[in-house]
Amino acid sequence: MKKEILRIGEEALRELQQLDKSEALQELKVKVLGKKGTLTALLRQMGSLSPEERPVMGQVVNEMRSRLEKAWEERSAELEAIALEKRLAAERIDISLPGSRVARGHYHPLTQVVEEIEDIFLGMGFQIAEGPEIESDYYNFEALNLPKDHPAREMQDSFYITEEILLRTQTSPVQIRTMEKLRPHLPVKVIAPGTVYRNDDDATHSPMFHQVEGLMVDQGIRMSDLKGILLNFSRQMFGESREIRLRPSFFPFTEPSAEVDVSCMLCGGAGCRLCKGTGWIEILGSGMVHPKVLEMGGYNPKEVTGFAFGMGVERIAMLKFGIEDMRLLFDNDLRFLQQF
Amino acid sequence: MKVSMEWLRELVDVNQNAEELAETLTRGGIEVENVENLNKGFEKVVIGEISSLTRHPNADRLWVCDVNLGQQNVTIVTGAQNLQAGDRIPVAMIGAALPNDLSIRKSKLRGVVSEGMLCSREELLLDASVGLDRSEGGILVLAAEAPIGENFGKYLGREDSVLDLELYPNRPDCLAMVNVAREVASLTGKQPHLPKWADTAKGLDLPVAGDFKIIIEEEELCRRYAGLVVEDVHIAPSPEWMQRKLKAAGVRPISNIVDITNYCMLEMGQPLHAFDRDKITGNIHVRSAKAGEKIVTLDGVERSLQADTLLIADDRQALAVAGVMGGFDSEVTGDTKRLLIESAHFAGVSIRRTSRRLGLRSEASNRYEKGVNPYGCVATLGRVCELLLELGAGRPVAFLDELKTLPPQRQITLSVQHTSIVLGLELKDSDIRQVLENLNFKYEEKEGIFVVEIPTYRADLEIEEDLMEEVARLMGYDLIPTTLPQGDTTQGRRTPEQDFRRRLRRVLVQSGMDEVMTYTFTGAAKDAQWGSAQHSISLLNPLREELSVMRTSLVPGLLEVAAKNTARRNTEISIFEVGTTYWGDEKPLRELPREVLRVTGVAVGKSGRHWLNSQTQYDFFYVKGILEEIVREFGLKFDYRVPENRPRLHPGRSADVYLHNECIGFLGEIHPSEEKEWALERAVVFELDLGVLFKHMRPIVRAQSIPRFPAINRDLAVVVPIDTSSAAVMTKIHKLGGELLQNVELFDVYTGKSIPEGRKSLAFSLRYQSLERTLTDEEVNNLNSRILEGIQQEFDAEWRK
Ligand SMILES: [Zn+2]
Repeated sequence: MKKEILRIGEEALRELQQLDKSEALQELKVKVLGKKGTLTALLRQMGSLSPEERPVMGQVVNEMRSRLEKAWEERSAELEAIALEKRLAAERIDISLPGSRVARGHYHPLTQVVEEIEDIFLGMGFQIAEGPEIESDYYNFEALNLPKDHPAREMQDSFYITEEILLRTQTSPVQIRTMEKLRPHLPVKVIAPGTVYRNDDDATHSPMFHQVEGLMVDQGIRMSDLKGILLNFSRQMFGESREIRLRPSFFPFTEPSAEVDVSCMLCGGAGCRLCKGTGWIEILGSGMVHPKVLEMGGYNPKEVTGFAFGMGVERIAMLKFGIEDMRLLFDNDLRFLQQF
Repeated sequence: MKVSMEWLRELVDVNQNAEELAETLTRGGIEVENVENLNKGFEKVVIGEISSLTRHPNADRLWVCDVNLGQQNVTIVTGAQNLQAGDRIPVAMIGAALPNDLSIRKSKLRGVVSEGMLCSREELLLDASVGLDRSEGGILVLAAEAPIGENFGKYLGREDSVLDLELYPNRPDCLAMVNVAREVASLTGKQPHLPKWADTAKGLDLPVAGDFKIIIEEEELCRRYAGLVVEDVHIAPSPEWMQRKLKAAGVRPISNIVDITNYCMLEMGQPLHAFDRDKITGNIHVRSAKAGEKIVTLDGVERSLQADTLLIADDRQALAVAGVMGGFDSEVTGDTKRLLIESAHFAGVSIRRTSRRLGLRSEASNRYEKGVNPYGCVATLGRVCELLLELGAGRPVAFLDELKTLPPQRQITLSVQHTSIVLGLELKDSDIRQVLENLNFKYEEKEGIFVVEIPTYRADLEIEEDLMEEVARLMGYDLIPTTLPQGDTTQGRRTPEQDFRRRLRRVLVQSGMDEVMTYTFTGAAKDAQWGSAQHSISLLNPLREELSVMRTSLVPGLLEVAAKNTARRNTEISIFEVGTTYWGDEKPLRELPREVLRVTGVAVGKSGRHWLNSQTQYDFFYVKGILEEIVREFGLKFDYRVPENRPRLHPGRSADVYLHNECIGFLGEIHPSEEKEWALERAVVFELDLGVLFKHMRPIVRAQSIPRFPAINRDLAVVVPIDTSSAAVMTKIHKLGGELLQNVELFDVYTGKSIPEGRKSLAFSLRYQSLERTLTDEEVNNLNSRILEGIQQEFDAEWRK
């Protein structure tokens, strides 16, 4: 009987090594170890053995059984590994093919720049104020210390709708509107992005363009605060290593006034084509709010002071993205816009 | 203002070169736009003498010249035929870069080496005033006394550099050399040395003219009119030094008298005008033009004058347009024996208006427009007298000075403490003292308070802050430290509406649309097509017709962008803009108009070919899908209705968009008859009003929990008449399904085989779910049957199994 057990077992082990399908492996297992399997049948004959032989035979059968089961497991693991290998080989793709299309649009570069400027000033505690693009002569000029026939009005060629109503030439009227709305609240701390218009159209001027105005009014506001805020802005906008410098200038609604230069973002100040060799690039105009303007806005210039500044968004965008021709910004060629 | 360095050095010590001084001035607030080297192009051009000239051995038309350059002799080949031995001529040496951009190199002409070039007027960009007559058409031949070996630019008086000042409107004083010199002195800490007449307090040591009067009839427009009478006039060219300085300043020399008036204007800032005294009858009147009055101006043009034009007239007729241009009849000529030289103050407003109207701008009108110091009229005449005598041009005999109210002389009180606070710069009394000394301003000082006397030439200094700027710019803006405001911190945040606009842009960009930015003004006809001609606002002075009205719709602008891109072969076009439209409710406008924000989009073409993805058609449903994204983002519900009046949209492929029963815009394919105008095929547009969207938007998402009980799905297909609205069927399903019907999707629309003509099949996927329990099949089947029955009744529908 022991011989028979070993024969059946050895034969099954040999057969097993030759099988290469897991179904066949299962079949063989049933044939040998199943209820009606050959080894099981032998086990049933154990009853005819003497009580002394029974445990010996039992041990032989069990040993064979566990050998077989172990071999089965090993073989089926082998087969699984082979099958997986095959599948992986079959499923290989050309990973160099382009990815699936994702439809994503693009923000206009001017929107991106305005939002970036907004975010920087929001971070410094400024609110965003707005005002109409079609504006009265009063807000656009008079309240900004530019009475009719003031020679400085000539700096700006305006588009008129009537004698008293025009397309605003600057975002500065929002200064007055904001102060009128907030007075006597302190501090006034706003920026005002917006579209402005001047009767000018050539390679470096667009009849419509964008500005961001800034205004801060409070007790004890100093020109050095203006410098600090603008340095902070310039570094966030153009890089941590930027410096700024102020140059005396003239605006009717600020006194003292200053033009602000930032150290060249291209050469770092050594001098290059972008900064025309000076190391500095003019980015905005600014100054301490003129007492008359504070008065027009409803604040007492004896009690409060303030600073104001204004920058051209197109210019900032051109500097930031290295855009050489301003007209590209309004040409709306998708090949240009889809770069941003 | 063109400032000659040579002239400036006569008025103030300058120990910087032109470029360095330009930097000093710019940093001090007087912007120098450009530094012009007058000798540019002449650096390597010297005066030579032709020692001999012989025919070229190999060419009939060429001459070989031996040229004496003083230090050396050179051989030069020329093709010019106007030369003879002994001629003095400009010679461009090897390495010269001439004004006409010609570079001179050593060359060989038909076997003879030429060591430079003899120059013509054309090559040197000179006019006929230089050289002898026979220079015409050949080499420039100079006067026989031209010094051999001298730099040609020096010979022409061009060794100077000129600073071109770009003056801010508050500094018209720097339109005078004496004031530029004062400015340079202040910024560099030097003393200026000015003509004594720069002190406006100086009077003339001449008798008052008794034979005529000056009558100022327009006091508002003329504050002062001074006249100098000159006899024994001898008209001649002015001396070389004066001509040279005038030219450097950009003024053409004419004759000694005219040149003296121009010279004094450039120097002192006071415009002057010389009349022929013998052509004046009676008194001088400063008056406005009469209706229909005419004058022939110096340029020989007869001009009709408007009634508010300020004139200088005698008892009979107009003599000059005040401050703008003299009259032809009273002009100084070669025969003039006696002069009246005018030194007056006219109001800038009036001069500006007149010079604009007549299209005449001059150095004089420019100065009047920007502001002239009325205190300087007589002192400038003093300088004129000095030069008349110096040049032997005439003998001043008498003067008149008619004076109206002059602006008061100003005093400004400056507090050191206040200045320190405003600038954020700790100042000492001595700092202020130093600045005022440098400015040469008189002041009194008491315990940190300075009372400063403002000289009349600095009309821009009106208030304490103006003086603070003087302090800051003279000390240097760089001294101002960098600080941050000291008040309480404030929080910056967008308003809900600003936030909404930002989110709206984001939804559209995320949906695949590109943002464009178009001009807000457009052509009237274009705007009327899509907007409202009744409300559109016209500009009085547009750049051109296509930019003449403020838009009432963004559609034409975006269609234009789409068309332009299509023409440039950019064929995947899906664009949008969030922008303003402008609505006037009256014509002409008296109140500010309404500014209404719109979001507008145009899609045309299809997405590019891709190996994996099918191409997306930019059609009605593509755009509607994007609107659905807006709906989802802001928790809205749009209602699409067959449009009432959209003649420019395809009637079968367009919709009015409603929100809470309010029409907020439209969506649709442009009408086939529009396609030709725009050269666009099947473009789809939408335009929505932002205000209403914002009003109804859900401010914050209210989260819903995930149901714990399983959902049961059922499909339902019905065949309905072809013009049935799928949205109506969907609404009905929702209504019949009640709250257990969680979701309905339309997943198939089908016409064709197996569907009768005139009908279509709609297939819906329904999801039933309860938040409280597990639903039974029976329950769901009952509900489904009830929905089917309801639809069959209402829509003439059949169940499609
Ligand atoms: Zn640079």
